[in-house]
Amino acid sequence: MSEVAIHLHGIAKAFGATRVLEGIDLAVAPGEFIALVGPSGCGKSTLLRIAAGLEPPDAGRVLLDGRDVTALRAADRDMAMVFQSYALYPHLTARQNMALPLVMRRLGGAERLPFARLLPRVRTKLAAIGAEVRAAAEMLKIAPLLERKPAQMSGGQRQRVALGRALVRHPRAFLMDEPLSNLDAALRVHMRSEIVDLHRRAGVVTLYVTHDQEEALGMADRIAVMLGGRILQVAAPDTIYRDPAHVEVARFIGSPRINLLPAMVNAGGGAEVGGQVMAARIAAPVGSQVRLGIRPEHLRLDPQAGPGRLPVRLERIEFLGAEALVHCTADGLAEGLIAKMPPTAAEPLRFHAELHAAADDEALLVFDAMGARVARHPAGAAAREPAHAGQPHAS
Amino acid sequence: MMRALRLVVLAAGAVLVLFPFLFMISTSLKPQAEVFSAGLSMIPTHWSGWENYTKAFTRIPMGRILLNGLIVCAAIVAFQIVFALPAAYALAKLRFRGRELLFGIVLLGLLVPIHAISIPLYAAARTLGLLNTLAVLIVPFTLSVFAIFLFRQFIKAIPDDLILAARSDGLSEAAIVWRIILPNAWPAASAFAIFSVVAHWNDLYWPLIAISKTQLATPPLGLLFFRAAEAGDDYGALMAATVVITAPLVLFFLFAQRLFIEGMTMTGLKG
Repeated sequence: MSEVAIHLHGIAKAFGATRVLEGIDLAVAPGEFIALVGPSGCGKSTLLRIAAGLEPPDAGRVLLDGRDVTALRAADRDMAMVFQSYALYPHLTARQNMALPLVMRRLGGAERLPFARLLPRVRTKLAAIGAEVRAAAEMLKIAPLLERKPAQMSGGQRQRVALGRALVRHPRAFLMDEPLSNLDAALRVHMRSEIVDLHRRAGVVTLYVTHDQEEALGMADRIAVMLGGRILQVAAPDTIYRDPAHVEVARFIGSPRINLLPAMVNAGGGAEVGGQVMAARIAAPVGSQVRLGIRPEHLRLDPQAGPGRLPVRLERIEFLGAEALVHCTADGLAEGLIAKMPPTAAEPLRFHAELHAAADDEALLVFDAMGARVARHPAGAAAREPAHAGQPHAS
Repeated sequence: MMRALRLVVLAAGAVLVLFPFLFMISTSLKPQAEVFSAGLSMIPTHWSGWENYTKAFTRIPMGRILLNGLIVCAAIVAFQIVFALPAAYALAKLRFRGRELLFGIVLLGLLVPIHAISIPLYAAARTLGLLNTLAVLIVPFTLSVFAIFLFRQFIKAIPDDLILAARSDGLSEAAIVWRIILPNAWPAASAFAIFSVVAHWNDLYWPLIAISKTQLATPPLGLLFFRAAEAGDDYGALMAATVVITAPLVLFFLFAQRLFIEGMTMTGLKG
């Protein structure tokens, strides 16, 4: 048993002139839950289909437990796929839907003929399949639905049957393509924990495609952030959030969105925004353009002016119960700024039209003009190197 | 008010369409003298239905002729579906070089009427020694481009995910066609079966060319033999025979229509 359960190696794919995937490398450890996250059209579903064997790659290899399965068809890879549309067979009951993959795997062509049921050998096999389907149904709490057809079930129930169909096979990997996107918000949150629980119990490698960064952060052991056919960063959720390797990773992960301020590196290695120096010790050439990323929870707003504080105008305060979002605009910024803080801190700000934004130096993320993370020169406090996992971004 | 008007218009249309059939049934129950009487009455004054229907069943081998029609139509529909469904699946869901060209050829095939190719077909059947067999009535129609076209359009609407799911569940392409596509294309298949059975049950053109034995006649050809052999001007008996060969089709249609509507109301694949 190798340390890598699924290894995607140099995967490239184009549809006509459109290059969907460009040299993807991803190694998944046994039992790991990996979320492939990115905006729609970033190639994440295509990558999942290539892993499943439903789509051939133009270049690259798929290794399963160290074995090259690139040429193997989907049926022989023994991975189970769960689809956003559930893809249940509409003409079969839940029981038949769940049993079909086992029937196809365990019974020979002749044994699947209707009259073969009379043979004792076939009857034994069918009984075993029936028992396994029941066990999976109990686990997913869908036993009372087994005789229903998909049309007679709700979205959540169909989702469970689809999970059951994947589960009964005891596959080597679960491949899930936005399985919760068709559910309503409350059910989605509930099913998240059920899928995580299911993954823990089955202990099987899971590749989970989603465009919902919150889902990825909450469920995955590691997240692979994809954009434009490339993986920008692969890391644990907290690393991805705290230590993004690329401005697009920072922009995509986190809600509300990260604040990005265009700045210029001055002679002292600091970043100047609107005449204010907001970050120091930047390892970038003097005069180059950089962007400062500040998470909303790190953006401080103060009525008082001061060094390193950017003058902004208060637009509105959005109360969300446990916290409040303060929306501001600043001269020379295309996008507004958002600060997240406790409502008690936001309330006094409402009487000031003019505010001053700042952030602690260590909370600032600096990106160069190409979007890559810029290192900070060590000075006193230990400087962090951005975590580069997966493939380094070529630029 | 609008509703009443609509009903009147629909009823008038229905009467117009049904009248020939009612007249056929009425005539089949009348004695010969009454058929040619000057007045137009739908209800016979003398009932001679028994004689007319007896003639229809005894002067020609009616049972055999109906059976021929049944065998020919069933075989044609079965072969058409068996051949067209995999072709339609490939055209709708598989990616391969020349697919659009092939589909273009299928569409072109829709434009070729049977009459245009009946002479080569006849020559081929003669060479193969198939004339005056039931096979000659079936073989030329086993491949229906219309069925390929119809099924292709229907299969295109089946979500790709369903087929991908089937592939990862271990189904071969053939298993996908018969286990997944066929049950889900059932509305299309039953709609097509109606078209096909009506067309081939009623077909006179090709059987007239290929068959010269009464024993092998299909219903319309049998009717022709019946008129030629026997009932030159015995319209009562002729109409009785006509009723007999029309009835199975009407019954089939009513039955298949119910299936068809059931199929259409089958809920979608997702949602």
